[in-house]
Amino acid sequence: MTIHLSIILWLPAAAGLLALLLPARLARWISLLGALLVLAYAIALLADYDRAAGGLQYVTDDLWISSLGIHYALGVSGLNLVLLATTAVIFTASAIWTLVDEPDNGKPGVYALLMGLAQTAVLGAFLAQDLVLFVIFFDLMLVPFYFLIVIWGGPDRTSAVLKLFIYTLVGSLLMLVGAITAGVMVANGGEPNFLISELAKTPLGSTAQGWIFLAFALAFLIKMPSFPFHGWMPDGYSNMPIGVLAVFTAILSKVAAYGFLQVALPLFPDAAVRYQELIMIVAVASILYGSAMAFTVDSARLVLGYSSIAQLGFIVLGIFALDGRGADGALLQATNHAIVAGALIFVVAMLARRSGGSEKLSEMGGIAKGAPAFAAVFLVFSFALLAMPGTANFVAEFMILLGTFESKMAFAFIAAIGVALAAFYALRLYISAMHHRVGEKVKSFELTPREALVLVPLLLVVIALALYPQFALGPAQDGTSKALIAAQQVEAAGSETSMATEATP
Amino acid sequence: MSFSFAAAAVPTAPNIDWAGLSPLLVLLGGAILALIVGLSGPRSIRTQVVPMIALATFGLAIGSIISLWGQSIVLIEGALQLDPLTLILMLVVCGGGVVATLLAWRDQAAEEIAHGEFFSLMLLASAGMFVLIASRDLVTTFVGLELLSLPLYILCAARVREERSLEAGLKYLIIGSVGSATVLYGFALLYGATGQTGYSEIAAAIEASNLAADPLFLSGVAMCTVGLAFKASLAPFHQWTPDVYEGAPTPVTAFMSIATKAAAFGVIIRLFDVAVRPAVEAWRPIWIAIALITMVVGNVGALGQASMKRMLAYSSIAQAGYILVGFVLVSDLGVQAICAYLVLYSLGNLAAFAVVIARERETADGDNISALRGLGTERPALAVVMTISMLSLAGIPATAGFMGKLRIVEAAAAADYAWLAAVLVLLSVVSMAYYLPVVATIWRGATQPGTDAASGLPVLAGGAPEVEPAASRAGWELTLVGVVLAAAVIALGIFPQPVFNLVASAARGLGLS
Repeated sequence: MTIHLSIILWLPAAAGLLALLLPARLARWISLLGALLVLAYAIALLADYDRAAGGLQYVTDDLWISSLGIHYALGVSGLNLVLLATTAVIFTASAIWTLVDEPDNGKPGVYALLMGLAQTAVLGAFLAQDLVLFVIFFDLMLVPFYFLIVIWGGPDRTSAVLKLFIYTLVGSLLMLVGAITAGVMVANGGEPNFLISELAKTPLGSTAQGWIFLAFALAFLIKMPSFPFHGWMPDGYSNMPIGVLAVFTAILSKVAAYGFLQVALPLFPDAAVRYQELIMIVAVASILYGSAMAFTVDSARLVLGYSSIAQLGFIVLGIFALDGRGADGALLQATNHAIVAGALIFVVAMLARRSGGSEKLSEMGGIAKGAPAFAAVFLVFSFALLAMPGTANFVAEFMILLGTFESKMAFAFIAAIGVALAAFYALRLYISAMHHRVGEKVKSFELTPREALVLVPLLLVVIALALYPQFALGPAQDGTSKALIAAQQVEAAGSETSMATEATP
Repeated sequence: MSFSFAAAAVPTAPNIDWAGLSPLLVLLGGAILALIVGLSGPRSIRTQVVPMIALATFGLAIGSIISLWGQSIVLIEGALQLDPLTLILMLVVCGGGVVATLLAWRDQAAEEIAHGEFFSLMLLASAGMFVLIASRDLVTTFVGLELLSLPLYILCAARVREERSLEAGLKYLIIGSVGSATVLYGFALLYGATGQTGYSEIAAAIEASNLAADPLFLSGVAMCTVGLAFKASLAPFHQWTPDVYEGAPTPVTAFMSIATKAAAFGVIIRLFDVAVRPAVEAWRPIWIAIALITMVVGNVGALGQASMKRMLAYSSIAQAGYILVGFVLVSDLGVQAICAYLVLYSLGNLAAFAVVIARERETADGDNISALRGLGTERPALAVVMTISMLSLAGIPATAGFMGKLRIVEAAAAADYAWLAAVLVLLSVVSMAYYLPVVATIWRGATQPGTDAASGLPVLAGGAPEVEPAASRAGWELTLVGVVLAAAVIALGIFPQPVFNLVASAARGLGLS
């Protein structure tokens, strides 16, 4: 029983509250300070986590709502260790961006508080080891974003945010019903206990697992978003302020991917196997649809939005290959994509500064001429996005495809097309912004020191991951093997019985 | 306890437990006192002392409820039952009374029909609610129902110089009377079928003579269902609610949305979970249908309402639908969930009304949603209160409303009605489409209509900012009520266990499993 995780969890919210109460000119500094402290804590966890022992560490477990048997239980495992650090990195980058790169947008204290609450909610979802606590944090993530978009968002913010809210809540509230039902059914008339480790011990009946799993899957697929549940994405992305969008696209989708590994597979293994192909079809459809759209839309933001759909499709595919390597690759890709997508969102904002405020690719072009260093940085991120060999993204996608190839060969073949398409849309983004004919309103200038403050740290993370992906893969292997074990057993038992039935006649 | 039914030939005086009746006596005494003091000459006594008396009465009633806590006694020869359910629901009623008194303190409505009458009627209605919630006998139930309804008819029409208010009163009177008549007819049929008026005796008679499929009995149950659905404003018997909520003086609306709801569900729980429970399989499908229709009608009706009071009226219909989900389970957990929900939901709902009243007094827009525009910069405290209350009504995590829904979902899952819980949450997603725009309106800080967008100053000549004097018009008590309630919403949204402890024994007097 340690207090470390409670500190790391509530630190951002506390910093946000402090920023609100102290004079407004300090707000952004305090926000950054809070994010840096969390980052330091997360790095300390990375160093201190006992990789040899693996499993759940730094566990905090208190009874929170005794009538319902809901625990305040937090823990770090191989699944969330690296994602915690990724979260801290992205929120720090966003805080730096807000401090150095954004004009005063009014109410900096409120902004700092909401970002702090958002980080707390995200960390809570990653850390929660109680099913209901997880669902509560998962839902809670949405609330600060609602206000961030309503107050600082684009012209269509009201309808965009409503769409976002309704889409995601349909999934996450059904997930809540599923979670409660799971706990109550496992308790079977006794006192319910929602600890994930306890629930995993008693598998539910097959029918109940089926619909509860689908409720969870729906919530996660909407949050990512996956095709065909992405209806909120275009409006939502277009209307979010940059600092918010970077966090949203980088981290929130990863909470959903993490949810599959943390909750859905260990608790509902029968259903995971039964619906394996359904989810994989959704994943492959997301890859193809996302890539095709990313290749055609004009808005640079939406290129990234649709590319996220495709990339998340890869992650889901890797998880549902139900093969160790696929899941490891998926978890690594979650971190890779978070860093790269977050960085590229900032790049889009910087491109817009150089093209007269427009984020349309058709109005950009030729920006590389006056900004060689900027072009180089952008190119590295683009290569990472398209999973060029040498980047960690390549390692991750390779492992995902390998895992999928082992379990469902047909899906691997189709998904491999997606790898090629990624090169298309990533290079299209880069080339039409940086090369081509110089746009009419384009006034190119070199990467400013302030912009460098945002991008260079992220660049260093990308390079570090490329040089030593094993750093993230090591703990992931421990985490995913535990997450997959139940589903793999079901799969093995299923194939045995099917072989037996085939053998009998 | 020593009452005997043996000497039936000689009518003996009923054995009355005066201590057990103390909440009722306090409320009735306060009502009479308020009426008398309200007749006195000096204006300051009428406008200040009378509300104080009402506050003190509700406070004393809460005190006597607390002193009776945990008891389970039958009062007046089986007419009333004082058990945890009665006490919890009366706590909601009296808590709602305290808030409504504060909201009505400086209200135009109290001014127009005189303070003495206004607060006296509110206390009388609360006394009626006690009788209704505690009654375990058909005759007492009807007395309670009328004692509750009659003062409310008058209160709805309290703004005697305003047509809308009179219309609301008249409409409520007519519809309410139809409801009462239907209930009464139903009671008559129940008595005809079973020959009993006591709730537990009715249950025994149903089992003894196997009445569960008897047409006379079932018609009685059907009439009771319809009549009580009128009273509790459940769809499809809800049409009066938006008009009455909109037309009635806002403090009265606030009081009705909490106290009347608690009382109505009290009587529904007692009548159906005790008296006619042996026939549960006959009536449960009907109530499930009512719950579904109520949730749909409430949530869809609230969409696109420009009047905050109409929106809150439909929202309260929807909330009643959620509560019905707890009711149709006919389980111990279900009743606990209903009580927890009523307590937790009241906080956010009353806070919303406090802000609506403040804006009615401050702006010319009345209860229109446009009155909330720019609240975030103009009155940050009220803006935060309204935001929290909307999030709570919508059931967002870390608010009291979420914990209330959580209890209902848990009770439904435990009773094998997870599908009903799924419908509940899906329809509560619809509610986002009317709660969240209110929040957006508050914080978006858009320029007001009739305001020059560039300069931010009113287009009309003069352009005097009316922010400062407006703020003082609303009265500090509204802000206080709002802030306290909103703080409670957040506190109980994070640590709900006190409320769950409070309702843990709610169903003890009902004999449910």
